[in-house]
Amino acid sequence: MNLTRLKGPGLFAAVAVLALVVAPLVLEPFRLGLLAKYLCFAIVALGIGLAWGQGGMLVLGQGVFFGLGGYAMGMHLKLVDAQGDLPDFMIWSGVEQLPALWKPFANPVFALAMVVLGPMLIAAVLGLLVFRQRVRGAYFAILTQALAAAFVILLVGRQGLTGGTNGLTNFFDLFGQDLAADSTQRGLYFVVAIVTGLLYLGARQLVGSRFGRLLVAIRDGEDRVRFLGYDPARVKTVVFAISAGMAGLAGALFVPVVGIISPALLGVVPSLELVVAVAVGGRFALAGAILGAVVMGYAKTSFSEQFADGWLYLQGELFILVMTLAPKGILGLAASARDALARRPRRPTAPKPPPTDDASGRRVMEEVG
Amino acid sequence: MSPIIEIRGLSVVFDGFRAIDGIDLTVEEGELRFLIGPNGAGKTTLVDVITGLTRPTTGEVVFDGRSLAGLREHSIVRLGVGRTFQTSVVFEELTVLENLDLAASFRRPLWSLTRRRRGISEAVADALETTGLRELADRPAGVLSHGQRQWLEIGMLLTQSPKLLLLDEPVAGMSKDERERTGELLTSVADDHTVIVIEHDMEFLRRYASQVTVLHEGKVLIEGSVDQVRDDPRVQEVYLGRKRGDAVSTGS
Repeated sequence: MNLTRLKGPGLFAAVAVLALVVAPLVLEPFRLGLLAKYLCFAIVALGIGLAWGQGGMLVLGQGVFFGLGGYAMGMHLKLVDAQGDLPDFMIWSGVEQLPALWKPFANPVFALAMVVLGPMLIAAVLGLLVFRQRVRGAYFAILTQALAAAFVILLVGRQGLTGGTNGLTNFFDLFGQDLAADSTQRGLYFVVAIVTGLLYLGARQLVGSRFGRLLVAIRDGEDRVRFLGYDPARVKTVVFAISAGMAGLAGALFVPVVGIISPALLGVVPSLELVVAVAVGGRFALAGAILGAVVMGYAKTSFSEQFADGWLYLQGELFILVMTLAPKGILGLAASARDALARRPRRPTAPKPPPTDDASGRRVMEEVG
Repeated sequence: MSPIIEIRGLSVVFDGFRAIDGIDLTVEEGELRFLIGPNGAGKTTLVDVITGLTRPTTGEVVFDGRSLAGLREHSIVRLGVGRTFQTSVVFEELTVLENLDLAASFRRPLWSLTRRRRGISEAVADALETTGLRELADRPAGVLSHGQRQWLEIGMLLTQSPKLLLLDEPVAGMSKDERERTGELLTSVADDHTVIVIEHDMEFLRRYASQVTVLHEGKVLIEGSVDQVRDDPRVQEVYLGRKRGDAVSTGS
């Protein structure tokens, strides 16, 4: 009993040492930068794990919130670089005066606040409207995806305001630090890794609390929860907003790490890729979401280095395999393997345990008339 | 005694079909009332209207001196109306204890739920005791038998100390032993709660009911003691008369 209680924190400590000590020592700056990028995706994935894995809300448009955070950060960096002048792309687009929307982002506190509060506010308003009307399941998923598509169209269409297809790039200065310097990038890596760890711990705390139990209950029987006196719409809105805030923060970290934010990074496809990553890692555990994002990010980079187009097919195939054969993802497979190993020595002829497939175990309350 | 719930001139029409056709019904505080009737009599629809799942076409429901018109389901629960379902729905991935605890916590503000649960509250401990599920407290509710699920559901209601309990066919599909235990549970619950039970099982009715309301085709056919109701020729006709199949079938 004591051993199993220690296993979680022990594993977390091991991963923390690996990420904060081993990786910076072993990896060259370029690879460390890539890892920082994967961790940014992992933060979005954590939010997806919370909303989808725990809350049953299939969010296919997290790119929107990632983008809102990223653009808020990018706008601030552009304004700092411009030093009172207009950002470069505005001059190329023939814009003569700084748009009113941009002005407050010169203030770093405002920009950083908007990184998290902007996405949360939009998600909260959307969530209240949608969840109160009891829009859920595939309809909610399609809605979020449509939102991502619309957001990209908006960004591309307003060239002078958003940098259009190119997005915002060419950043030089991050709060007085030279962005191109290795030391800055290294520092950024630590910031990203620590933020990821803290958000993971926070999310775990939430999942382990009564609130987390309530969230699972809503996932498995939303209608029944109403008759316990809870308003599922409120709970879902809160969680949707938290996942949006995480995505926004991830987007803001992504901008200095990678050096660009553009519509191609936050449309339908990148949003879906992260959902696939969460499924592959294991959506029912928060660690699975993070693992999936890092593994799929790494796989994408290394695979694309060799076969440029092959990745898309491989990714699709992997998704189908996971959904049909291992709905709990890598973590689920690991757990089954561990159980199988633990069982074998004692009883060689023990019957197979009954399959515990969460997807098929779910029941929807019938509304009787 | 004062009425805990008053239903006046209630009608529900689904696409031209009158599921409930002008029902008046009053249940006093502390009463144990059985609601019976053949298939399609409108029993479940009536409970659905009281709990906010279905909107009435005309008429109104007054609970504890307050009209329930326009209130959403969870608000009605917060006023003190709890219900179970024919097909019991418990949260299979949560343990029995967590199911009860979640039910018991429904009046806490949302933010206070983010703290981890420490220990077992008195209401939850009582419910474990009353329902006889103490041994299974730490098992996931998914492993419970059909009967145990119904008891868990009733236990979840009890932790919320509702002013009115609505039980929709609590013994449907149960074995003889399970019926017996459910009957005992019901008797002890009815001691200090107002309960309305929808039931089809005549044997169960004879053993545990005192006041009975018979519904038929969306109307109240007769109201009275078990004996009065049983001896009434209209009830016999509805249950045993022209259509023989009705008396034994379940569901509504």
